[in-house]
Amino acid sequence: MSERSLLELRAVEKAFGGLAVVSDLDLHVDEGEIVSVIGPNGAGKTTVFNLITGIYRPDGGDILLDGVNVVGLAPHVITRRGIARTFQTLRLFLNMTVKENVMAVQYGRTNATVVESIFRLPRARREEREMNRLAEEKLAFFGQRLIGYRWDQPAYSLSYANRRRLEIARATATQPRILLLDEPAAGMNPVETHEMTELIGKLRDEGGYTILVIEHDMHVVEGISDRVVALDHGVKIAEGSFDTVATDPRVVEAYLGLRRAKKK
Amino acid sequence: MDSGNIPDLPVPPDARDRPRVGVDEWVAQVEHRRARYSGLAGLAYRGISFIPPPGRLALFAAFAATLPLWMGRGDLFTYGIFTLLYALLGLGLNVVVGYAGLLDLGYVAFFGFGAYFYAELSSPQYGIHWSSAAAIPVVVVATALLGLVLGISSRRLLGDYLAIVTLFFGQAFVVFVNVGNPTVGGKGLSGGPNGIADIDPLDLFGYELTTRNQQYYFLLLSVVVALVGLHTLSESRTGRAWRALREDPLAAETMTIPVKRLKLMAFAFGAGIAGFAGCIFASVLTAVTAGNFDLPLLITIYAVVILGGLGSITGVVLGAIVINVSFQFLAPENPQNNARILFYAVLLLLLILSLRPWWRLGAVVGGVVGFGILTRLIVEAVAPSWAGGPVVEGGRLAGAIKEWVVIPTPAHDRFGNWAYVCLVVAILILTLVQGWMRTALLVPIVYLAAVVWENSFVEQPAVARWILFGSLLIGLMTLRPQGLLGTPRVEVV
Repeated sequence: MSERSLLELRAVEKAFGGLAVVSDLDLHVDEGEIVSVIGPNGAGKTTVFNLITGIYRPDGGDILLDGVNVVGLAPHVITRRGIARTFQTLRLFLNMTVKENVMAVQYGRTNATVVESIFRLPRARREEREMNRLAEEKLAFFGQRLIGYRWDQPAYSLSYANRRRLEIARATATQPRILLLDEPAAGMNPVETHEMTELIGKLRDEGGYTILVIEHDMHVVEGISDRVVALDHGVKIAEGSFDTVATDPRVVEAYLGLRRAKKK
Repeated sequence: MDSGNIPDLPVPPDARDRPRVGVDEWVAQVEHRRARYSGLAGLAYRGISFIPPPGRLALFAAFAATLPLWMGRGDLFTYGIFTLLYALLGLGLNVVVGYAGLLDLGYVAFFGFGAYFYAELSSPQYGIHWSSAAAIPVVVVATALLGLVLGISSRRLLGDYLAIVTLFFGQAFVVFVNVGNPTVGGKGLSGGPNGIADIDPLDLFGYELTTRNQQYYFLLLSVVVALVGLHTLSESRTGRAWRALREDPLAAETMTIPVKRLKLMAFAFGAGIAGFAGCIFASVLTAVTAGNFDLPLLITIYAVVILGGLGSITGVVLGAIVINVSFQFLAPENPQNNARILFYAVLLLLLILSLRPWWRLGAVVGGVVGFGILTRLIVEAVAPSWAGGPVVEGGRLAGAIKEWVVIPTPAHDRFGNWAYVCLVVAILILTLVQGWMRTALLVPIVYLAAVVWENSFVEQPAVARWILFGSLLIGLMTLRPQGLLGTPRVEVV
């Protein structure tokens, strides 16, 4: 572990009404690490993502990106600082083309004003070329899946697995330091799941991203994780390598229930 | 870093690269098949999409530029200038509704504000006579600022609430200039119900645009500039961000797009265009009154944008042409023959679209004609007073109609109403039956529709105009819900 974690959550709390969804959560992700968050449905995993990206504001605690507190910043500012995410329930810009999806999210990195854009002044033209180049580069990361004729197809015409890939491409186009992937393998067939497992490793190794991932498929979690964090009812119940966490009695209990866990 | 713990990917079988059910190419082809149109409509649609945007613009500009050469001055005003004004207003609204997806029902108030403000700055109202070259920029900026202020409400309001609040604003504006009319400098600010008259003509650096031709060309130039500007803007970071926030505001916000600021920008931008259109409107008409900026105009502009296809710039221009031309074509002062021609054209069009194959269509059309002639002959033979009425207005069709449609003498003045009731009942029955019965029943229904038209509606052109216009819209929306040139939008997949 390095001196300072890239992303660090300190005693983060969040309650909806009287229901504590996340309580006293400490979590850290180091540079270049792949950390998986697991836990049964309703454990608060996606809420943690929403807290990190600024969609929800935590009731207490700090969220530090490279040592700087990002609590209270607007989501688009947090993304510009270097945290990009995908959504469990895919939220692509369905009626825009594949390439437009990846170009639209570069809004935050570019500066051409409306007037410059209308008259195609030098800066607007230069940025446009740059956006185009980056979009093609990010899409090319997925091999043959998202290039060529698919650039100009509307996003809704993509298959489910390709939509997941496009979401990841879109997130990487914001040039983040840390990627939050919310169930990247959900709804995929075994071959596609396998490919996704490889892809996440490739994102870290070749893309250089630090990755925090929520995943239910234990094969994926086992395949990718440097470290696994298990949540239940908004509380961290286990942390460590996959083998440690998977055999932790509290994790087994959370997944299978107390009686079955004891039988085991 | 080491990725040795990731198992090797199995070699993909070749079959995976071919179109499969549920996979991209296949889905894309299905979309293509669904969006394909046969016959003339398909040819026209493919033709338009085949021409690249600059070509379309050149085609439109070249055609529009010839208008003053062959059109009378009155027609140039009602057809040419108003179509371009609608197009300009539609383009502004398209930014707010089509790109940013904000349902702004107060849009016409910006148009009105621009027109009134321009009128204040260059009319005898206060004796201020600014040159247009100075007044227009001031008005456009002021209107954009007003849009910004109203847009602030959109920071908090979503969907239906925004619609209601902006609608309220639009009506408040009309009431303000009409009734409010505060006294400023010893005079009513907005002139009350009389409005402001004697507005100066457009004056660009000492060159006054007084003739209709000059005004038309200035307006055409403005529309072309707006078209080019909006096209480049829509293909820029701002345009893409607007469309992204229309698609999914939450995803846009988490993807570096400042949603609130962009909404305000869209509001201000649309308002600025409306303000500019207002300046031209005021100077061309030389007078403004509150009635010009009321709900009917709002509905018309929305019809232009929706008919053309939300988000499509070419569509807005096409929508403006279709809406304005059909409006003027059916204007009450025009001969009723226009409405009659349109009625039979729509009827025939609906039959062509709904009946396939061709022999079925031929059977129904032939059946209707034969059924009509026969019915009329029988009625004439049995009770001559029921078939001896006069056909309303002349025109080429009237002669044929005399031999075809049963029109009783004025003594039987309830006939039209009864025929109408029969028509409604017959249509209800039509929805219940299936197969050949349906085709057979179409014959008397179409004939009955013609009878109702000739006996009742043709005498009330104002009503007939709206009914025809409404059915035209319904027909178009059924055929192409996304508008003439819009792309079909997918909400949930």
